[in-house]
Amino acid sequence: MTTHTPALQANMMVPDSTFEPGMQVYTMKLGMWVFLLSEVMFFTSLIGSYIILRFAHPDHFAQPGVVLNVPLTAFNTFFLICSSVTMVKAFAAIQHGDQRWLKLWLLATILIGSMFVGIQVVEYNALAHEGFVPGAAEYSAVGREAFKAGLAETAPVVGGPLYGATFYTMTGFHGVHVTIGVICLIFVLIRALRGHYIQLDHRGVELIGLYWHFVDLVWIILFTIVYLI
Amino acid sequence: MENWSWLMDESASTYGPAIDRLYLVILIITGIVFFATELTLIWFVFKYRHREGRKAEYIHGNMRAEVVWTAIPAVIVLAIALASRGVWAQVKDPQNMPANALPVLVVASQFEWNVTYPGPDGQLRTADDFSVRNRLDVPVDRPTHVILQAEDVIHSLFLPDFRVKQDAVPGMDTTVWFQPTRTGEFVIACAELCGIGHTRMRGTLTVHSAADYQTWINEQVQP
Amino acid sequence: MSTTAMAARHETAAEHHHELGFIRTYIFSTDHKMIAKQFLLASLFFLLVGGILAAGVRWQLGFPGRPIPLIGGLFSDTTAPGGIVLPEFYNAMVTMHATFMIFFAIMPLLVGVWGNYLIPLQIGAPDMAFPRLNMFSFWVSVPAGIIMLAGFFVEGGHAGAGWTAYAPLSTNPEYSGVRMGQVLWLVSLIILGFSSLTGAVNYITTVLNMRAPGMTWFRMPLPVWALFITSWLVLLAIPILTGGLIMLLFDQTIGTGFFAPATDGEPLLWQHVFWYFGHPEVYILILPAMGLVSEVISNRSRKPIFGYHSMVLAIIAIAFLGWIVWGHHMFQSGMNPLLGTTFMITTIIIAVPSSIKVFNWLGTLWRGDLHFDTPMLHAIAFVSMFIIGGLSGMFMASAPVDIFLHDTYYIVAHIHYVLFGGSLFGIFAGITYWFPKMFGRMFSPRLGKVHFWLTFVSYNLVFFPMHNLGLKGHMRRIYDPNQYEFLQPLQPLNTFITISAFVLIAGQLIFAFAFFWSMYKGKEAPQNPWKANTLEWTAAPTPPPHDNFPGGTPVVYRGPYEYSSPESTDDFLPQDVPPDRVLRPEIPREPSPLPTGD
Repeated sequence: MTTHTPALQANMMVPDSTFEPGMQVYTMKLGMWVFLLSEVMFFTSLIGSYIILRFAHPDHFAQPGVVLNVPLTAFNTFFLICSSVTMVKAFAAIQHGDQRWLKLWLLATILIGSMFVGIQVVEYNALAHEGFVPGAAEYSAVGREAFKAGLAETAPVVGGPLYGATFYTMTGFHGVHVTIGVICLIFVLIRALRGHYIQLDHRGVELIGLYWHFVDLVWIILFTIVYLI
Repeated sequence: MENWSWLMDESASTYGPAIDRLYLVILIITGIVFFATELTLIWFVFKYRHREGRKAEYIHGNMRAEVVWTAIPAVIVLAIALASRGVWAQVKDPQNMPANALPVLVVASQFEWNVTYPGPDGQLRTADDFSVRNRLDVPVDRPTHVILQAEDVIHSLFLPDFRVKQDAVPGMDTTVWFQPTRTGEFVIACAELCGIGHTRMRGTLTVHSAADYQTWINEQVQP
Repeated sequence: MSTTAMAARHETAAEHHHELGFIRTYIFSTDHKMIAKQFLLASLFFLLVGGILAAGVRWQLGFPGRPIPLIGGLFSDTTAPGGIVLPEFYNAMVTMHATFMIFFAIMPLLVGVWGNYLIPLQIGAPDMAFPRLNMFSFWVSVPAGIIMLAGFFVEGGHAGAGWTAYAPLSTNPEYSGVRMGQVLWLVSLIILGFSSLTGAVNYITTVLNMRAPGMTWFRMPLPVWALFITSWLVLLAIPILTGGLIMLLFDQTIGTGFFAPATDGEPLLWQHVFWYFGHPEVYILILPAMGLVSEVISNRSRKPIFGYHSMVLAIIAIAFLGWIVWGHHMFQSGMNPLLGTTFMITTIIIAVPSSIKVFNWLGTLWRGDLHFDTPMLHAIAFVSMFIIGGLSGMFMASAPVDIFLHDTYYIVAHIHYVLFGGSLFGIFAGITYWFPKMFGRMFSPRLGKVHFWLTFVSYNLVFFPMHNLGLKGHMRRIYDPNQYEFLQPLQPLNTFITISAFVLIAGQLIFAFAFFWSMYKGKEAPQNPWKANTLEWTAAPTPPPHDNFPGGTPVVYRGPYEYSSPESTDDFLPQDVPPDRVLRPEIPREPSPLPTGD
């Protein structure tokens, strides 16, 4: 311990601190929590605007399931929640020093996370095809049923441009956050493959876990207020 | 410099004096605080400048002082807020708008004011409405109720002499009322940056005597 | 450099097993002190840019329709043909003056420079919690700055909708005539947000977790408190702006209609989102300056800060209340008048903690032993100008009075009394005070004082008359006031303000000269020229090496403002001197181990 510089000592998993007692949490974890608070504010800005616009112009927003594919997204949501479980398992594994299961559970999280993004891209494509787009001038969503019945040209437009604008902005930026999370998970996995994490020090795994759970939590909120209500 | 004075020019509306009085009250309060604090500062700067052999006093603070200079400003500012509430309600509360106000529709656009009058039937949005550009004509001693709209971007109807300022927002109606207390010609200005021509969005507000106003109306209706 | 300091430096250099090259030392440094200096140079540059833009605005107002002298021919036909400013260029200059000053000058000067420089040193830490993130925080601001400058050179000119970018003027090129300029403005600020955000994460984490032993919360110097609380404001407010800017950007580029009435969008939504960020932002722009000023006043009065705990509570109160007052920017916006009443009450309450701070500064000067070095001059100017700025705010806090004052030069006067009279004088106080620590040399006292007086006098001649302009109804952001008969009599005042402004701006060249001259030719600084108590002066050499404290992490025994304590023969008592090592009055005075300078 005495070979570590003071800065590193604040950052050990169990701080052997030569500093004033801080938050009793190692510095990187504290940093991640602080960063996540800023992310809360970012999504508040987008989600808050959506709520205000929705109350002001409810006619722009269709009934649940008319335009959006609730069953597919519900499945995707379940999937993402599963990836939080696999993330927890990965962290638990290295807490017990189990290198093998750390890597396997990390891999599972990456795969599920990637699938989530993939399914969302597929969904975006389908929606855009059906006329549900973010741009006001091109907005021409008629709803899934009408589209499937081949009535894209004749059926009345369901909802209004604010629906598309808010939907794509909120879910799009969430998707960006998931993607960044997957990329970081890949970095963590590579490090795990190199044996970087040990039972006594696996901070990186905990940090990405925190971020991943946050992203999952935001999605649960988004799914509820955008798809279900 | 001609016409220079410390305070704003005299107002020409019924609630103008209330606003100006409020300004004056705040000016007196802040003026007293200003002189008290700045003179104290200057006095301290001279009195306590470094001199050989004199040491600073080792004191960390005084709880009583803290309480006093928290409580007194709090009371003063809350008094200002309460006094302001009355005037604010008088001007802005829809329930306080005089019932017999003459309605006028003002539509702000880049870069002019389009004013529509209700015509002889006294109702806006009827066939006998008539419109003029960049001028507003109202009778003295009667309230006028302006329904304000914007066609493109946010503008702001500013009638300095009447202490009127109200943003015109595209997509919504805003409203403002005023009652002139004297006749004459006054300025209409735009007080919200609205683009390249913001500077030239001026108009003339003419306050007529009751008789002259009727004459003016008749002239507009029968060209 | 004194022999002791040189010895300390060599010791540290020997400890470093690797010699960092030029690039790692000066360009891509992770040392918080170097990053602070990078922010300092970059933001002083943007201060100059903002000042030049102000000169352009003032030229048009002072000498309307006249060609800009000397350099008039350099301007393009789309900005100032024949040197005569066009309305669209005027709007762009007004917009960009504020944008550069707020985002690229004052914010980085206060938070980027002092947050970086002072926090680790004053709390006894060897560096920030995340040095590489810190480096990223500076370097990500560089493309943001370049993009913002680029806006001047694109078709349609730079953004001209005001720094407040109200929609729909800012979302629709049909209305503004500006497309690419506004897009670049938005992109630049979105990128800059990452700089602020990562900085805030670093500052908050460092203060929470890396204080030296004995550096309890209420032994922290006030600059650290101010920067810590400010960082929370940055952390929570900047992301709100980012979200809003993204929506504005989408309205401009992919045709969403968040703020467009044509698609049932809400222009007022932009105002709410912007000001929800915007009001905490103005406290971000003043709180650190208050912290710096507290430090200078206490030290130069040789007296503890009066009411230290109240000062901390006031900072927290201002930061907290700052979240619930944003609607006072929207009193006349068409917002429900009842909301106006609510915001008026919360706004007026915020005057209380601000005035508590003023009284405590006066209390610190009272019965002090005042030394009027350059930093103290700036600090005292801060207090006196902030009094004016704060009091002028009382008028517009009253919603009915604001009916008359909103969007007039009265507001401009208020803004500049707090931002220049406040923040900028606070910045000058900080730079001249910590200059020796940063560069090992004293900031030229003579040039410093000449600059101070020239600035102080001309600054008041520029901005005080603006109260009068506003009272006469002179609107803001107006290209040609002479269009209005009622404003024509005010032209001489506008011209007077313009001439004073040119003197003010020219006077800053003295500062620029003094800054660089002092860096190379200033008198060599002793370790603790101000006889200060705080760790950066007492436990770290001047200038400090990597890892700051060659003797290891200092231990703190007392608060930072123990000046003129009866416990000590000196009129200062450093935080890290153990009680048994204090030079007490009954013990015969020995020569001080370190040269303290005089």
